[in-house]
Amino acid sequence: MAKKPVTFTLNGAERAAFADDGENLLQFLRRGVGDLGPKYGCGQGSCGACTVLVDGAPHLSCLMLAEAVAGRRVETVSGLARDGALHPLQEAFMDGFAAQCGYCTPGMLMAAKALLDRNPRPSRDEVVEAIGGNLCRCTGYAPIIEAILAAAERRATA
Amino acid sequence: MALHRGRGFAAINYPIGMNLGGDPSQALVHSNPEGKFTVALSSIDLGQGMKSVTRQIAAETLGVPVEDVYVDTADSDTGPHCMGSFASRGTHRVGNAVIEAAQEARAVMLEAAAEELEVDAGDLVTDGRGSIHVKGAPSRAITTMAACQAAQFRQGRTVSGRGIFLIPLSEVDPDTGEMTPVSCFAHAAMLVEVEVDDETGEVRVLDMQSAYEVGRALNPRLVEQQLVGGAWMGMSHAAWETTEPRYPDRAHGPVDFNSYLMPGPGDIAPHHISVLERPAPDGPFGGKGPGEMCANPVLPAVCNAVYDAVGVRIDELPVTPEKVLRGIRANGGARPRGRL
Ligand code: FES
Ligand code: FES
Repeated sequence: MAKKPVTFTLNGAERAAFADDGENLLQFLRRGVGDLGPKYGCGQGSCGACTVLVDGAPHLSCLMLAEAVAGRRVETVSGLARDGALHPLQEAFMDGFAAQCGYCTPGMLMAAKALLDRNPRPSRDEVVEAIGGNLCRCTGYAPIIEAILAAAERRATA
Repeated sequence: MALHRGRGFAAINYPIGMNLGGDPSQALVHSNPEGKFTVALSSIDLGQGMKSVTRQIAAETLGVPVEDVYVDTADSDTGPHCMGSFASRGTHRVGNAVIEAAQEARAVMLEAAAEELEVDAGDLVTDGRGSIHVKGAPSRAITTMAACQAAQFRQGRTVSGRGIFLIPLSEVDPDTGEMTPVSCFAHAAMLVEVEVDDETGEVRVLDMQSAYEVGRALNPRLVEQQLVGGAWMGMSHAAWETTEPRYPDRAHGPVDFNSYLMPGPGDIAPHHISVLERPAPDGPFGGKGPGEMCANPVLPAVCNAVYDAVGVRIDELPVTPEKVLRGIRANGGARPRGRL
Protein backbone atom coordinates (compact mmCIF):
# COMPACT_ATOMS: atom_id res chain seq x y z
CA MET A 1 0.00 0.00 0.00
CA ALA A 2 1.29 3.42 -0.91
CA LYS A 3 2.19 5.64 1.97
CA LYS A 4 2.01 9.39 1.75
CA PRO A 5 3.98 11.82 3.90
CA VAL A 6 1.72 14.30 5.66
CA THR A 7 3.16 17.42 7.24
CA PHE A 8 0.90 19.38 9.53
CA THR A 9 0.78 21.21 12.85
CA LEU A 10 -0.41 19.20 15.83
CA ASN A 11 -1.22 21.24 18.91
CA GLY A 12 1.21 23.94 17.85
CA ALA A 13 4.12 21.69 16.89
CA GLU A 14 5.20 20.84 13.38
CA ARG A 15 4.69 17.11 12.69
CA ALA A 16 5.31 14.78 9.79
CA ALA A 17 4.21 11.17 9.45
CA PHE A 18 3.29 8.66 6.81
CA ALA A 19 -0.36 8.01 6.18
CA ASP A 20 -1.63 4.85 4.52
CA ASP A 21 -3.58 5.30 1.35
CA GLY A 22 -7.13 6.22 2.31
CA GLU A 23 -6.36 6.26 6.04
CA ASN A 24 -8.69 8.43 8.05
CA LEU A 25 -7.44 11.18 10.32
CA LEU A 26 -8.49 9.39 13.51
CA GLN A 27 -6.45 6.28 12.72
CA PHE A 28 -3.59 8.41 11.51
CA LEU A 29 -3.48 10.44 14.71
CA ARG A 30 -3.82 7.44 17.01
CA ARG A 31 -1.66 4.86 15.23
CA GLY A 32 0.63 6.90 13.01
CA VAL A 33 1.31 9.90 15.23
CA GLY A 34 0.63 8.32 18.61
CA ASP A 35 -1.88 10.89 19.89
CA LEU A 36 -4.43 8.78 21.75
CA GLY A 37 -6.56 11.79 22.74
CA PRO A 38 -9.23 11.48 20.06
CA LYS A 39 -11.38 8.40 20.68
CA TYR A 40 -12.89 5.83 18.35
CA GLY A 41 -16.57 5.52 19.18
CA CYS A 42 -18.33 4.45 15.99
CA GLY A 43 -16.09 5.15 13.02
CA GLN A 44 -19.02 6.41 11.00
CA GLY A 45 -19.67 9.95 12.10
CA SER A 46 -22.47 9.45 14.60
CA CYS A 47 -20.93 9.79 18.07
CA GLY A 48 -18.48 12.71 18.08
CA ALA A 49 -15.88 10.98 20.30
CA CYS A 50 -13.25 11.56 17.60
CA THR A 51 -13.83 15.32 17.29
CA VAL A 52 -10.68 17.36 16.61
CA LEU A 53 -10.20 20.92 15.39
CA VAL A 54 -8.76 21.59 11.96
CA ASP A 55 -7.87 25.25 11.47
CA GLY A 56 -10.05 25.96 14.49
CA ALA A 57 -13.20 24.26 13.22
CA PRO A 58 -14.54 20.98 14.67
CA HIS A 59 -14.26 17.93 12.46
CA LEU A 60 -15.08 14.27 12.94
CA SER A 61 -11.65 12.80 12.41
CA CYS A 62 -13.08 9.36 11.57
CA LEU A 63 -14.68 10.86 8.46
CA MET A 64 -11.73 12.91 7.27
CA LEU A 65 -8.82 11.67 5.18
CA ALA A 66 -5.47 12.03 6.88
CA GLU A 67 -3.92 13.72 3.89
CA ALA A 68 -6.59 16.42 4.02
CA VAL A 69 -4.77 18.01 6.99
CA ALA A 70 -1.52 18.52 5.06
CA GLY A 71 -0.29 22.02 5.82
CA ARG A 72 -3.15 22.64 8.24
CA ARG A 73 -3.49 23.19 11.97
CA VAL A 74 -4.85 20.23 13.97
CA GLU A 75 -5.80 20.53 17.64
CA THR A 76 -6.68 17.57 19.87
CA VAL A 77 -7.55 17.25 23.53
CA SER A 78 -3.91 16.33 24.21
CA GLY A 79 -2.91 19.94 23.52
CA LEU A 80 -5.52 21.61 25.72
CA ALA A 81 -3.47 21.78 28.91
CA ARG A 82 -0.51 24.14 28.60
CA ASP A 83 2.61 23.99 30.78
CA GLY A 84 0.86 21.80 33.30
CA ALA A 85 -2.14 24.14 33.58
CA LEU A 86 -5.50 22.76 32.58
CA HIS A 87 -7.59 24.62 30.00
CA PRO A 88 -10.53 26.50 31.57
CA LEU A 89 -12.89 24.01 29.95
CA GLN A 90 -11.05 21.11 31.56
CA GLU A 91 -11.19 22.90 34.91
CA ALA A 92 -14.91 23.46 34.49
CA PHE A 93 -15.53 19.83 33.50
CA MET A 94 -13.64 18.70 36.59
CA ASP A 95 -15.40 21.10 38.96
CA GLY A 96 -18.79 20.28 37.45
CA PHE A 97 -18.37 16.49 37.54
CA ALA A 98 -19.01 16.54 33.78
CA ALA A 99 -17.26 13.25 33.07
CA GLN A 100 -17.95 9.74 34.28
CA CYS A 101 -16.35 7.07 32.10
CA GLY A 102 -14.73 9.92 30.17
CA TYR A 103 -14.95 8.33 26.75
CA CYS A 104 -16.93 11.19 25.22
CA THR A 105 -14.93 13.86 27.04
CA PRO A 106 -12.13 14.47 24.48
CA GLY A 107 -14.76 15.07 21.78
CA MET A 108 -16.95 17.18 24.05
CA LEU A 109 -14.01 19.35 25.07
CA MET A 110 -12.93 19.97 21.49
CA ALA A 111 -16.46 20.74 20.29
CA ALA A 112 -16.80 23.13 23.22
CA LYS A 113 -13.43 24.76 22.54
CA ALA A 114 -14.40 25.43 18.92
CA LEU A 115 -17.58 27.07 20.19
CA LEU A 116 -15.95 29.26 22.82
CA ASP A 117 -13.15 30.30 20.46
CA ARG A 118 -15.64 31.80 18.05
CA ASN A 119 -18.42 32.69 20.50
CA PRO A 120 -17.06 33.43 23.99
CA ARG A 121 -20.50 33.98 25.58
CA PRO A 122 -22.78 31.36 24.07
CA SER A 123 -26.38 30.87 25.15
CA ARG A 124 -27.50 27.52 26.50
CA ASP A 125 -29.09 26.70 23.14
CA GLU A 126 -25.87 27.48 21.35
CA VAL A 127 -23.99 25.14 23.67
CA VAL A 128 -26.53 22.39 23.06
CA GLU A 129 -26.20 22.91 19.32
CA ALA A 130 -22.39 22.87 19.46
CA ILE A 131 -22.30 19.47 21.18
CA GLY A 132 -25.39 18.19 19.36
CA GLY A 133 -23.33 15.64 17.44
CA ASN A 134 -21.59 14.27 20.52
CA LEU A 135 -23.17 11.34 22.32
CA CYS A 136 -22.64 10.71 26.02
CA ARG A 137 -23.78 7.54 27.71
CA CYS A 138 -23.15 8.51 31.30
CA THR A 139 -23.79 12.09 32.30
CA GLY A 140 -27.21 12.94 30.91
CA TYR A 141 -25.55 15.95 29.26
CA ALA A 142 -26.75 18.48 31.83
CA PRO A 143 -23.41 18.60 33.72
CA ILE A 144 -21.54 19.00 30.42
CA ILE A 145 -23.75 21.88 29.27
CA GLU A 146 -23.37 23.55 32.68
CA ALA A 147 -19.60 23.10 32.62
CA ILE A 148 -19.27 24.73 29.20
CA LEU A 149 -21.42 27.66 30.32
CA ALA A 150 -19.38 27.93 33.52
CA ALA A 151 -16.11 28.00 31.56
CA ALA A 152 -17.44 30.79 29.35
CA GLU A 153 -18.63 32.70 32.39
CA ARG A 154 -15.32 32.27 34.18
CA ARG A 155 -13.36 33.42 31.19
CA ALA A 156 -15.57 36.49 30.78
CA THR A 157 -15.20 37.54 34.41
CA ALA A 158 -11.51 36.63 34.75
CA MET B 1 -54.15 17.68 16.39
CA ALA B 2 -53.57 18.48 20.01
CA LEU B 3 -50.82 18.31 22.57
CA HIS B 4 -51.82 16.62 25.79
CA ARG B 5 -49.99 17.00 29.06
CA GLY B 6 -49.89 14.27 31.62
CA ARG B 7 -48.19 13.47 34.89
CA GLY B 8 -47.02 10.07 36.05
CA PHE B 9 -45.65 8.80 39.31
CA ALA B 10 -43.61 5.78 40.30
CA ALA B 11 -41.96 4.62 43.50
CA ILE B 12 -39.50 1.78 43.89
CA ASN B 13 -37.77 -0.31 46.50
CA TYR B 14 -34.44 -1.20 45.10
CA PRO B 15 -32.42 -4.19 46.38
CA ILE B 16 -28.67 -3.59 46.66
CA GLY B 17 -26.66 -6.52 45.35
CA MET B 18 -28.02 -9.97 44.64
CA ASN B 19 -28.62 -13.34 46.22
CA LEU B 20 -26.24 -15.40 44.15
CA GLY B 21 -23.50 -17.47 45.76
CA GLY B 22 -23.43 -15.02 48.66
CA ASP B 23 -22.47 -12.17 46.30
CA PRO B 24 -18.97 -11.84 47.76
CA SER B 25 -16.29 -9.27 47.11
CA GLN B 26 -12.76 -9.23 48.43
CA ALA B 27 -10.25 -6.49 49.07
CA LEU B 28 -6.55 -6.50 49.94
CA VAL B 29 -4.84 -3.52 51.52
CA HIS B 30 -1.13 -3.10 52.05
CA SER B 31 1.36 -0.35 52.71
CA ASN B 32 4.20 0.44 50.37
CA PRO B 33 7.74 1.30 51.47
CA GLU B 34 7.00 5.02 51.18
CA GLY B 35 4.20 4.65 53.72
CA LYS B 36 1.32 4.96 51.30
CA PHE B 37 -1.38 2.35 50.88
CA THR B 38 -2.57 0.29 47.95
CA VAL B 39 -6.04 -1.19 47.88
CA ALA B 40 -6.21 -4.07 45.43
CA LEU B 41 -9.65 -4.83 43.99
CA SER B 42 -11.02 -6.65 40.99
CA SER B 43 -14.09 -4.45 41.09
CA ILE B 44 -14.20 -2.25 38.04
CA ASP B 45 -14.80 1.48 37.90
CA LEU B 46 -16.96 2.20 34.85
CA GLY B 47 -17.11 5.88 35.66
CA GLN B 48 -19.55 5.42 38.54
CA GLY B 49 -16.90 6.39 41.09
CA MET B 50 -15.93 3.04 42.59
CA LYS B 51 -12.28 4.03 42.85
CA SER B 52 -13.04 7.36 44.51
CA VAL B 53 -15.44 5.91 47.04
CA THR B 54 -13.33 2.89 48.02
CA ARG B 55 -10.36 5.25 48.34
CA GLN B 56 -12.31 7.43 50.77
CA ILE B 57 -13.46 4.37 52.70
CA ALA B 58 -9.93 2.97 52.96
CA ALA B 59 -8.44 6.32 54.04
CA GLU B 60 -11.14 6.88 56.64
CA THR B 61 -10.68 3.39 58.11
CA LEU B 62 -6.89 3.42 58.03
CA GLY B 63 -6.83 6.92 59.49
CA VAL B 64 -4.56 8.30 56.79
CA PRO B 65 -5.01 11.15 54.28
CA VAL B 66 -6.98 10.21 51.17
CA GLU B 67 -3.95 11.25 49.08
CA ASP B 68 -2.00 8.40 50.67
CA VAL B 69 -4.30 5.73 49.28
CA TYR B 70 -4.16 4.31 45.80
CA VAL B 71 -6.88 1.98 44.56
CA ASP B 72 -5.69 -0.55 42.03
CA THR B 73 -8.40 -2.26 40.01
CA ALA B 74 -6.05 -3.24 37.26
CA ASP B 75 -6.44 -6.95 36.75
CA SER B 76 -9.25 -9.33 37.69
CA ASP B 77 -6.99 -12.30 36.89
CA THR B 78 -4.51 -11.50 39.64
CA GLY B 79 -6.57 -9.32 41.99
CA PRO B 80 -8.74 -10.58 44.85
CA HIS B 81 -12.07 -11.94 43.69
CA CYS B 82 -15.10 -9.74 43.09
CA MET B 83 -18.48 -10.70 41.62
CA GLY B 84 -18.41 -7.56 39.49
CA SER B 85 -19.70 -4.05 38.95
CA PHE B 86 -23.45 -4.56 38.62
CA ALA B 87 -26.59 -4.87 40.72
CA SER B 88 -25.65 -1.56 42.35
CA ARG B 89 -23.46 -3.61 44.66
CA GLY B 90 -20.12 -1.81 44.44
CA THR B 91 -20.29 0.67 47.29
CA HIS B 92 -22.07 -1.72 49.62
CA ARG B 93 -20.25 -5.02 49.02
CA VAL B 94 -16.82 -3.77 48.06
CA GLY B 95 -16.95 -0.92 50.56
CA ASN B 96 -17.55 -3.39 53.39
CA ALA B 97 -14.70 -5.61 52.18
CA VAL B 98 -12.39 -2.59 52.08
CA ILE B 99 -13.32 -1.65 55.64
CA GLU B 100 -12.44 -5.14 56.89
CA ALA B 101 -9.13 -5.18 55.03
CA ALA B 102 -8.23 -1.64 56.12
CA GLN B 103 -9.03 -2.42 59.76
CA GLU B 104 -6.61 -5.35 59.74
CA ALA B 105 -3.90 -3.25 58.08
CA ARG B 106 -4.51 -0.40 60.50
CA ALA B 107 -4.07 -2.74 63.47
CA VAL B 108 -0.64 -3.82 62.20
CA MET B 109 0.33 -0.21 61.51
CA LEU B 110 -0.58 0.72 65.09
CA GLU B 111 1.35 -2.26 66.49
CA ALA B 112 4.39 -1.19 64.50
CA ALA B 113 3.99 2.38 65.74
CA ALA B 114 3.56 1.14 69.31
CA GLU B 115 6.79 -0.80 69.11
CA GLU B 116 8.67 2.26 67.86
CA LEU B 117 7.14 4.56 70.49
CA GLU B 118 7.41 1.93 73.22
CA VAL B 119 3.77 2.33 74.17
CA ASP B 120 0.67 0.16 74.04
CA ALA B 121 -1.01 -0.02 70.62
CA GLY B 122 -4.38 0.38 72.34
CA ASP B 123 -3.38 3.89 73.41
CA LEU B 124 -2.66 5.09 69.89
CA VAL B 125 -4.87 7.17 67.63
CA THR B 126 -4.49 8.46 64.08
CA ASP B 127 -5.13 12.09 63.17
CA GLY B 128 -6.10 11.40 59.55
CA ARG B 129 -3.31 13.69 58.41
CA GLY B 130 -0.45 11.21 58.40
CA SER B 131 0.41 11.03 62.07
CA ILE B 132 -0.11 8.51 64.89
CA HIS B 133 0.10 9.67 68.49
CA VAL B 134 -0.63 8.59 72.03
CA LYS B 135 -4.16 9.53 73.00
CA GLY B 136 -3.99 12.79 74.95
CA ALA B 137 -0.27 13.24 74.24
CA PRO B 138 0.07 14.56 70.69
CA SER B 139 3.81 14.99 71.03
CA ARG B 140 4.36 11.25 71.50
CA ALA B 141 3.95 10.76 67.79
CA ILE B 142 5.23 8.98 64.73
CA THR B 143 4.22 9.49 61.13
CA THR B 144 2.26 6.76 59.41
CA MET B 145 5.09 6.63 56.91
CA ALA B 146 7.70 6.05 59.62
CA ALA B 147 5.54 3.40 61.26
CA CYS B 148 5.06 1.54 57.97
CA GLN B 149 8.74 1.81 57.17
CA ALA B 150 9.71 0.50 60.61
CA ALA B 151 7.38 -2.46 60.06
CA GLN B 152 8.91 -3.10 56.68
CA PHE B 153 12.59 -2.53 57.35
CA ARG B 154 13.12 -3.21 61.06
CA GLN B 155 10.31 -5.28 62.48
CA GLY B 156 9.66 -7.60 59.54
CA ARG B 157 5.90 -7.15 59.55
CA THR B 158 3.57 -6.69 56.63
CA VAL B 159 1.23 -3.77 57.16
CA SER B 160 -1.56 -5.45 55.29
CA GLY B 161 -5.10 -6.66 55.61
CA ARG B 162 -7.64 -8.94 53.96
CA GLY B 163 -11.31 -8.27 53.67
CA ILE B 164 -14.33 -10.04 52.30
CA PHE B 165 -18.00 -9.22 52.43
CA LEU B 166 -20.53 -11.95 51.94
CA ILE B 167 -24.19 -12.31 52.68
CA PRO B 168 -24.91 -16.02 53.12
CA LEU B 169 -27.07 -17.39 50.34
CA SER B 170 -30.74 -17.39 51.29
CA GLU B 171 -32.63 -20.52 50.25
CA VAL B 172 -36.35 -20.50 49.61
CA ASP B 173 -38.39 -22.01 52.45
CA PRO B 174 -40.19 -24.94 50.75
CA ASP B 175 -43.29 -24.53 52.93
CA THR B 176 -43.82 -20.79 52.91
CA GLY B 177 -41.84 -19.71 49.84
CA GLU B 178 -40.13 -17.17 52.05
CA MET B 179 -36.56 -16.06 51.59
CA THR B 180 -34.33 -13.14 52.51
CA PRO B 181 -32.49 -12.43 49.33
CA VAL B 182 -31.46 -8.91 50.19
CA SER B 183 -30.23 -7.17 53.32
CA CYS B 184 -30.36 -3.62 52.10
CA PHE B 185 -32.86 -1.62 50.07
CA ALA B 186 -32.59 1.82 48.55
CA HIS B 187 -35.70 3.74 47.56
CA ALA B 188 -36.82 6.25 45.02
CA ALA B 189 -39.90 8.17 43.93
CA MET B 190 -40.31 10.05 40.70
CA LEU B 191 -42.85 12.40 39.19
CA VAL B 192 -42.61 12.99 35.44
CA GLU B 193 -44.48 15.42 33.26
CA VAL B 194 -44.88 14.62 29.55
CA GLU B 195 -46.46 16.11 26.48
CA VAL B 196 -48.02 13.73 23.96
CA ASP B 197 -48.84 14.73 20.40
CA ASP B 198 -51.99 12.85 19.41
CA GLU B 199 -51.27 13.28 15.70
CA THR B 200 -47.68 11.99 15.63
CA GLY B 201 -47.70 9.90 18.81
CA GLU B 202 -44.52 11.62 19.97
CA VAL B 203 -43.85 11.86 23.67
CA ARG B 204 -41.69 14.60 25.12
CA VAL B 205 -40.57 14.53 28.74
CA LEU B 206 -40.88 18.08 30.06
CA ASP B 207 -39.86 17.81 33.66
CA MET B 208 -38.72 15.26 36.23
CA GLN B 209 -38.91 15.55 39.99
CA SER B 210 -37.41 12.88 42.15
CA ALA B 211 -36.41 11.83 45.61
CA TYR B 212 -33.74 9.18 46.03
CA GLU B 213 -32.92 7.54 49.34
CA VAL B 214 -29.37 6.23 49.04
CA GLY B 215 -28.22 5.48 52.56
CA ARG B 216 -25.38 7.84 53.38
CA ALA B 217 -24.12 9.68 50.31
CA LEU B 218 -20.44 8.83 50.78
CA ASN B 219 -19.47 11.24 48.04
CA PRO B 220 -22.40 13.61 47.50
CA ARG B 221 -21.18 15.02 44.18
CA LEU B 222 -20.68 11.54 42.74
CA VAL B 223 -24.13 10.54 43.94
CA GLU B 224 -25.69 13.56 42.28
CA GLN B 225 -23.75 12.89 39.11
CA GLN B 226 -24.97 9.31 39.00
CA LEU B 227 -28.56 10.31 39.65
CA VAL B 228 -28.59 12.92 36.88
CA GLY B 229 -26.95 10.64 34.33
CA GLY B 230 -28.81 7.50 35.37
CA ALA B 231 -32.24 9.12 35.32
CA TRP B 232 -31.59 10.40 31.85
CA MET B 233 -30.63 6.86 30.86
CA GLY B 234 -33.98 5.71 32.25
CA MET B 235 -35.78 8.36 30.25
CA SER B 236 -33.88 7.25 27.19
CA HIS B 237 -34.92 3.64 27.74
CA ALA B 238 -38.50 4.74 28.27
CA ALA B 239 -38.74 6.71 25.06
CA TRP B 240 -36.08 5.61 22.63
CA GLU B 241 -33.59 2.88 23.31
CA THR B 242 -34.03 -0.78 22.53
CA THR B 243 -31.87 -3.54 21.15
CA GLU B 244 -35.01 -5.25 19.84
CA PRO B 245 -35.95 -4.63 16.24
CA ARG B 246 -38.96 -2.37 15.82
CA TYR B 247 -40.28 -4.81 13.23
CA PRO B 248 -40.28 -8.50 13.81
CA ASP B 249 -37.17 -9.49 11.96
CA ARG B 250 -33.74 -9.65 13.59
CA ALA B 251 -32.25 -8.15 10.46
CA HIS B 252 -33.99 -4.89 11.31
CA GLY B 253 -32.35 -4.68 14.71
CA PRO B 254 -30.10 -1.74 15.45
CA VAL B 255 -26.43 -2.23 14.66
CA ASP B 256 -25.05 1.29 15.04
CA PHE B 257 -25.84 4.72 16.43
CA ASN B 258 -27.85 5.58 13.34
CA SER B 259 -30.41 2.89 14.12
CA TYR B 260 -29.98 2.57 17.89
CA LEU B 261 -31.73 5.70 19.04
CA MET B 262 -30.06 7.66 21.79
CA PRO B 263 -31.16 11.16 22.65
CA GLY B 264 -28.66 13.97 22.39
CA PRO B 265 -28.09 17.03 24.56
CA GLY B 266 -31.12 18.76 23.02
CA ASP B 267 -33.51 16.09 24.29
CA ILE B 268 -32.96 16.28 28.03
CA ALA B 269 -35.52 17.55 30.50
CA PRO B 270 -34.89 19.49 33.70
CA HIS B 271 -34.55 17.14 36.66
CA HIS B 272 -35.04 18.30 40.23
CA ILE B 273 -33.51 15.88 42.70
CA SER B 274 -33.76 15.49 46.44
CA VAL B 275 -31.30 13.11 48.03
CA LEU B 276 -32.45 11.57 51.28
CA GLU B 277 -29.84 10.02 53.50
CA ARG B 278 -30.84 7.25 55.88
CA PRO B 279 -27.66 5.37 56.69
CA ALA B 280 -27.92 1.61 56.13
CA PRO B 281 -27.05 -0.42 59.26
CA ASP B 282 -24.99 -2.90 57.25
CA GLY B 283 -23.59 -0.42 54.72
CA PRO B 284 -20.04 0.95 54.73
CA PHE B 285 -20.40 4.18 56.76
CA GLY B 286 -24.11 3.77 56.03
CA GLY B 287 -23.77 3.80 52.25
CA LYS B 288 -26.07 1.83 49.96
CA GLY B 289 -25.47 2.69 46.32
CA PRO B 290 -27.57 4.61 43.83
CA GLY B 291 -26.49 2.51 40.82
CA GLU B 292 -29.21 1.17 38.60
CA MET B 293 -31.90 2.64 40.80
CA CYS B 294 -31.23 6.03 39.18
CA ALA B 295 -32.82 4.80 35.98
CA ASN B 296 -35.55 2.49 37.22
CA PRO B 297 -38.39 4.77 38.38
CA VAL B 298 -38.34 6.85 35.21
CA LEU B 299 -39.72 4.08 33.01
CA PRO B 300 -42.96 3.36 34.87
CA ALA B 301 -43.40 7.07 35.62
CA VAL B 302 -43.24 7.92 31.90
CA CYS B 303 -45.72 5.14 31.06
CA ASN B 304 -48.08 6.41 33.74
CA ALA B 305 -47.72 9.96 32.46
CA VAL B 306 -48.59 8.87 28.91
CA TYR B 307 -51.69 7.14 30.31
CA ASP B 308 -52.57 10.30 32.17
CA ALA B 309 -52.11 12.40 29.02
CA VAL B 310 -53.95 10.36 26.38
CA GLY B 311 -55.41 7.31 28.13
CA VAL B 312 -53.12 4.83 26.42
CA ARG B 313 -51.64 2.10 28.59
CA ILE B 314 -48.24 1.12 27.14
CA ASP B 315 -46.99 -2.19 28.53
CA GLU B 316 -43.98 -2.76 26.31
CA LEU B 317 -40.96 -0.48 26.19
CA PRO B 318 -39.90 1.77 24.67
CA VAL B 319 -42.88 4.08 24.34
CA THR B 320 -42.64 4.61 20.58
CA PRO B 321 -44.86 7.02 18.61
CA GLU B 322 -46.28 4.00 16.80
CA LYS B 323 -47.45 2.32 20.03
CA VAL B 324 -48.99 5.57 21.24
CA LEU B 325 -50.82 6.15 17.96
CA ARG B 326 -52.12 2.57 17.79
CA GLY B 327 -53.37 2.94 21.35
CA ILE B 328 -55.08 6.25 20.59
CA ARG B 329 -56.72 4.73 17.52
CA ALA B 330 -57.90 1.66 19.45
CA ASN B 331 -59.51 3.98 21.99
CA GLY B 332 -61.21 6.00 19.26
CA GLY B 333 -59.16 9.10 20.06
CA ALA B 334 -57.08 10.61 22.81
CA ARG B 335 -58.71 10.25 26.21
CA PRO B 336 -56.93 12.56 28.59
CA ARG B 337 -57.63 11.29 32.09
CA GLY B 338 -58.28 14.82 33.26
CA ARG B 339 -61.41 14.75 31.09
CA LEU B 340 -62.58 11.25 32.04
S1 FES C 1 -15.76 7.84 15.94
FE1 FES C 1 -16.03 9.58 14.68
S2 FES C 1 -18.06 10.15 15.05
FE2 FES C 1 -17.88 8.30 16.17
S1 FES D 1 -18.83 10.35 30.36
FE1 FES D 1 -19.16 8.34 29.64
S2 FES D 1 -19.80 8.70 27.60
FE2 FES D 1 -19.73 10.69 28.42
